[in-house]
Amino acid sequence: MNGQTHMAQEKRKFGFETRMLHAGHIPDPVTGARAVPIYQTTSYVFEDTDKAAQLFELKQYGNIYTRINNPTTATFEERIASLENATGAVATASGMAAQMTTMMTLLEPGDEIVSSAHLYGGTVTQFTHTFRKLGITVHFVDPTHIDDWAAAITPKTRALYGETIGNPRGSILDIEALADLAHAHKMPLIVDSTFATPYLCRPIDWGADLVVHSATKFLGGHGNSIAGVVLDSGKFDFSTFSTIADPDPAYHGLKFYETFGHYGFLMKARAVTLRDTGAALSPFNAFLLIQGLETLSLRMERHVQNAQAVAQFLSQHPKVDWVAYAGLPDNEYHALAQKYTPKGPGAIFTFGIKASNPRAAGKEFIESLHLFSHLANVGDARSLVIHPASTTHQQLSDEELAAGGVDAGMIRLSIGLETLEDLLWDLDQALLSTSA
Amino acid sequence: MNTVLDEAARIKYQDPGTVRTILSNTKTIAMVGLSPKSERPSHFVATYLQYEGYRVIPVNPMAKEVLGEKSYPDLLSVPDKIDMVNVFRHPDECPEIAQQAVEIGAKTLWLQLRVVSLEAARIAEEAGLNVIMDRCVKIEHGRYNGSLHWVGMNTEIITARRGRRYF
Ligand SMILES: Cc1ncc(COP(=O)(O)O)c(C=O)c1O
Repeated sequence: MNGQTHMAQEKRKFGFETRMLHAGHIPDPVTGARAVPIYQTTSYVFEDTDKAAQLFELKQYGNIYTRINNPTTATFEERIASLENATGAVATASGMAAQMTTMMTLLEPGDEIVSSAHLYGGTVTQFTHTFRKLGITVHFVDPTHIDDWAAAITPKTRALYGETIGNPRGSILDIEALADLAHAHKMPLIVDSTFATPYLCRPIDWGADLVVHSATKFLGGHGNSIAGVVLDSGKFDFSTFSTIADPDPAYHGLKFYETFGHYGFLMKARAVTLRDTGAALSPFNAFLLIQGLETLSLRMERHVQNAQAVAQFLSQHPKVDWVAYAGLPDNEYHALAQKYTPKGPGAIFTFGIKASNPRAAGKEFIESLHLFSHLANVGDARSLVIHPASTTHQQLSDEELAAGGVDAGMIRLSIGLETLEDLLWDLDQALLSTSA
Repeated sequence: MNTVLDEAARIKYQDPGTVRTILSNTKTIAMVGLSPKSERPSHFVATYLQYEGYRVIPVNPMAKEVLGEKSYPDLLSVPDKIDMVNVFRHPDECPEIAQQAVEIGAKTLWLQLRVVSLEAARIAEEAGLNVIMDRCVKIEHGRYNGSLHWVGMNTEIITARRGRRYF
């Protein structure tokens, strides 16, 4: 080894952009390949029978089978862990799988969690219906009132859950206050930071214990791969948390927290939950996510810059009723946004069309757009749009929509990286062509 | 990096360069508190280190033999030359262990994760030993040989140089 240069580099705390490009990958000693190779393999030849046995007992860290780990995926995992200031990560086949992996690792039938009600709709469905089948109850609260969270905690509550930037109104989670509340009750705070990405907010820096992402969105950033990831701060004391601390019968009575310390939760999430539920990320998708991460800061900077300008433009448009973007000074979450997402509160927001028949106007608007892609996703490099009242929520009456916090003229935008003037032009011409 | 030490103690007792030098120069490790039970953390660490080519000598009065090596009741009874004394005992016991490490001429005193004793460190340091504290030998070895990376952990190693995952 080259001691001098190594010691110099090991003392340096490298910047976010440097880690976006380098964390988790050392050029291959055999080939020297500079890009991260795609290890498109299911399995790995063991060095010898002793090592094989030790790998299965978790006495060695190493590659066994791609359902459990893979070298390309490991680069994605270490890279995003570095960017989130986490102790490590477990990648999953989707964002939904990341949430499932987290909860299956932490919870048992009979347990409860308290969650923000401002969540991605798919998460609400997962928590409400699928979790009920597993005997887990989720209590939803308005995230803005800490007292509501405290009131919903029972002796069975095992975790608090929320989104950094919540659906559908772009609320900002008060992570620091919720972390304090969770820790006072000896439970972890779990944050879905999909809409923020570690470039805009790092929940672990504010006290969150576990972070999940739908990497499908801005982390990958190009709308080409479904993926998720679970991250651990490594700071939560799981020593009295039975699912992580107690002997595991599937591993000869191994105690994950005592044996692996700050890696205990992640080791269990990988070696038990991921192994048994099978929601592993494909190495090819991991490669595409790595490509995405390499430009994360540049993309996010432009995403929020465009989003802020679009939100301002819409808020002054005669055909627009309201805009819900925490980057606007009169937004109720503006102060929280300045604290937690000072670079900008993401690039996804909703607005309402001013019309006598908002449902029909929403449809007209979508059909008149030229550059915005009408689809059910967010966080692509391209600008995206959806009108919930005519798509995901079309079977509901106006009254039912209102009860769900969705109004008939509500449009959701995910602002992309196109030329700003082109986006403004497109929105303006589509708004002006609505007649309903 | 996960630790309970303050900044000054981290610089002193967790220096990456020192850790790497120790891992590459050490051949024989006396593990104080090595359990004969296969599911115990100390057994995990010993199994790993043995496979990685270190000789691991158990120091545990309650054990006869661990992983094929004879166990000794204390450091002073070990007949072999010891490079590193690795401690899996309560911090209160560490100053005495440090004293014995000095007496047998060990080069390094390494206290495991969450085993913190500034008194033990002082004793060893004054006699010229390297001291590492609140770190796990297995984790640190895995950090630099790359295996910790295979399970998605943040090794905090950043380099564009070819094939540097070695000591
Ligand atoms: C905030 C948030 N969390 C989780 C998910 C689920 O992620 P995936 O679609 O990757 O399963 C989504 C997807 O839309 C999301 O927007």
